[in-house]
Amino acid sequence: MTPFLIIIVIALLAVTGWQISKIFELSKTPDADTSQVANNKDNENQGKLMMGFAVFLYLLMFYCFWTFTNVTLPDAASEHGGKYDNLMLISMLLIMFVQIVTQALLHYFAYKYRGAAGKKALFYADNDKLEFIWTIIPVITLAGLIIYGLFTWTDIMSVNEDEDPIVIELYAQQFSWTARYAGDDNTLGEANVRFIEGMNTLGVDQEDSYANDDKVVRELHLPVNKPVLFKLRSQDVLHSAYFPHFRAQMNVVPGMITQFGFTPTVTTEEMRNNDDIVDKVERINDIRRENGDDSYEFDYFLLCNKICGQAHYNMQMKVVVESEADYEAWLAEQATFEESMSEE
Amino acid sequence: MSAVVNAPAHDHHEDHGHHHKQTFISKYIFSFDHKMVAKQFLITGLLMGIVGIGMSILFRIQLAWPEQSFAIFEALLGKWAPEGVMTPNIYLALVTIHGTIMVFFVLTAGLSGTFSNLLIPLQIGARDMASGFMNMLSYWLFFLACVIMLCSLFVEAGPASSGWTIYPPLSALPQAIGGSGMGMTLWLVSMALFIASQLLGGINYIVTVINLRTKGMSMTRLPLTIWAFFVTAILGLVSFPVLLSAALLLIMDRSFGTSFFLSDIFLDGEVLSHHGGSPVLFEHLFWFLGHPEVYIVILPALGITSEVVATNSRKPIFGYRAMIASILAIGFLSTIVWGHHMFVSGMNPFLGSVFTFTTLLIAIPSAVKAFNYITTLWKGNLQMNPGMLFSIGLVSTFITGGLTGIILGDSTLDINVHDTYFVVAHFHLVMGISALYGLFAGVYHWFPKMFGRMMNKNLGYIHFWVTAVGAYGVFFPMHFLGMAGLPRRYYTNTAFPYFDDLADINVIVTVCAIITALVQLVFIYNFFSSMFYGKKATMNPWKSNTLEWTTPVEHIHGNWPGELPVVYRWAYDYSKTNSDGEYVITGQDYVPQNIPMQENEEDLHH
Repeated sequence: MTPFLIIIVIALLAVTGWQISKIFELSKTPDADTSQVANNKDNENQGKLMMGFAVFLYLLMFYCFWTFTNVTLPDAASEHGGKYDNLMLISMLLIMFVQIVTQALLHYFAYKYRGAAGKKALFYADNDKLEFIWTIIPVITLAGLIIYGLFTWTDIMSVNEDEDPIVIELYAQQFSWTARYAGDDNTLGEANVRFIEGMNTLGVDQEDSYANDDKVVRELHLPVNKPVLFKLRSQDVLHSAYFPHFRAQMNVVPGMITQFGFTPTVTTEEMRNNDDIVDKVERINDIRRENGDDSYEFDYFLLCNKICGQAHYNMQMKVVVESEADYEAWLAEQATFEESMSEE
Repeated sequence: MSAVVNAPAHDHHEDHGHHHKQTFISKYIFSFDHKMVAKQFLITGLLMGIVGIGMSILFRIQLAWPEQSFAIFEALLGKWAPEGVMTPNIYLALVTIHGTIMVFFVLTAGLSGTFSNLLIPLQIGARDMASGFMNMLSYWLFFLACVIMLCSLFVEAGPASSGWTIYPPLSALPQAIGGSGMGMTLWLVSMALFIASQLLGGINYIVTVINLRTKGMSMTRLPLTIWAFFVTAILGLVSFPVLLSAALLLIMDRSFGTSFFLSDIFLDGEVLSHHGGSPVLFEHLFWFLGHPEVYIVILPALGITSEVVATNSRKPIFGYRAMIASILAIGFLSTIVWGHHMFVSGMNPFLGSVFTFTTLLIAIPSAVKAFNYITTLWKGNLQMNPGMLFSIGLVSTFITGGLTGIILGDSTLDINVHDTYFVVAHFHLVMGISALYGLFAGVYHWFPKMFGRMMNKNLGYIHFWVTAVGAYGVFFPMHFLGMAGLPRRYYTNTAFPYFDDLADINVIVTVCAIITALVQLVFIYNFFSSMFYGKKATMNPWKSNTLEWTTPVEHIHGNWPGELPVVYRWAYDYSKTNSDGEYVITGQDYVPQNIPMQENEEDLHH
């Protein structure tokens, strides 16, 4: 990495030095052209630089894709995430294709048609056929993308109640997350900030019998291959519940309940053995060893992705995806809301 | 009709030389003259730009080398950087004010304020704006807004720090973040004045374009710059009042206990009395301005590019009418796409579908514009002046940044890149860098018109090439941070070991940002030294067709010494030839708009 940086800096310095030397050169000649309007020589040089810039741009893109792809997120760990990744791949290929073609044309034309004395430009004001072609091609392509995107969107956002998803409340406050499982009845008890008192930090309505079997926890456990429906609630400002590995995100809005559902498909254990993650964790641990930090083991996480105050950067919760048996065992250990209230 | 309207202005000019002498104050400070107002906007905008870009360098240093001590932090941030380590609060404040200054003060006022004022009267053949007084007022309200915004940096609890989008409740409650106290109040006051300034300016631009065009200057003969400024002004007039209403309601919530945006809030151990409001309402109101705003920023830049590219290619802009149609289409669509900022805000997913549809539609006119620029270069005789380089650079960054918009505008794909660095990379390329390039192209191109002198071209070349390399170096790698799932507005990423391997990319980005920012000093030096010591400009240094180059180099009140010019043709008769292959005017590859049709010349209905 550092060598690349050094190369950039040197290249930039070289360009700068070369240009400065040009200024001196120009200022020395007694009959120098001082009009400050580009002359033949400028057109020649700058036109070539345009081509050079195109080369730089392609190398930069190539370098970024080559070296940085390994920092990007691994394959999705949720059911809809596969569709998400597909759509992303198609869109990416499409825009990279357009990018490569248009940037090449732009910079090549800038080089090829660089000005020269006596050159005549072509008076070419319009061509309806061309205009039509490059209107209709984006129309068709975008229509395809829109339709594909909208089907996926509807699919992701509509919660299928028949599948009987596990209902979990995610409760956001500056600067932490809390989860409330709906318990055996799979129905959350009513809650409002006006009920917050003592141990009852989520403001759950103690009169509501649905609340009794709710379980309030600080770590999120999810059974693999079971649909989950998150109900999101905030007690103070806007937050956003972002699960990057599950391709899931929804804002948490004080005064209303928002929701997002997905089905995790890869357990934490399996993800730790995913090739990309193994690589990534190895790299991370190399860096951490150098800095003298503890070694790191992969875990899913939930983070806050809407600016929410000074410790916004550290508002996170660990997420564990495990087999249904492990999940049930873990859940059974957690105290119900009724139990924790009676301890008080 | 325009002749009638212009008659009094004309008389006024004739009087002017004999009667009142302009004092320093009426000439340089409270000037009614559009050319002076334009210069005032430009210089104020540039100074604000230095502040805005400087802030970005500070927080980029923090992101590359988190929580390390730097003397520069201690020197500039004082109590906000104890022992030279930046605090999270000031980090958020810097991010917020950087966004506000760059979007509103530099790219809205500095870009469209400058060039609308300078070019509208000059290019349509008018003596001045419809109302010189309102024009002056527009600048001074802007100036006041700048002063208040800068003052807010020095208040006890810090400046506004809830992001430039100031979403409540964070921006409404000082208990939630220090900057939402006095700092936020000043932010809102400053923005209210700014909006008033924009509205006064906008009405003026619209009226001037509609009423004060000189004889022969039909709407379809207007240079594309004017079309862009015209549509921009309409967009501003439609959307800025909505931001003002959002700001007013927010002021009510903050100071008078109303509950437009607040509901069910528990902070600092107590329940607030607010009930029934919705932050989502604020998001709608904010983005109803916020999205047209990005087109308010980019359209003038595209207009400037059209003009500069055509002039320097010595070719007509390709597809003039398609370009106008694109500007109109972008203008219209931009008012109905705001919801793509809110796909995951909790609004109804069906609305998300609608906004995906309208958003992806806007890619069509944008694509048409990009293709037309490329075709304009084709078979041209490209004069590589610094303005031209920046225009080509603009097309390049506009494409790169615009393409990622296809990903973000798709509600499905937005789910996982929303509010990550992918978004930051996207909008900086497509509206930040592109609009700045438009601003630079405009400054290099019209500097001779503004100051009667030429800017140094070699310094211009250095400025362009280092900026072009640096800007891509900053923003291309940044996409990968976003695709790694890294959220924006994080003070440091060290709280997540998972992001540790992104540290290298952050260093690259910061180093490029510092280099790019430093090379802007070359521009600043070139700008100010050329103002005084630059080579004296000729009347039409770029051999351009538009009317502003028919005015004398020395500025006079009323622009043209004698009669107003009459227009006989469109602005793009570059390299037009007769049927025998000779230029229409022998030995000259351009035909200015005020030259009547020549014998043997083919009328192409432009």
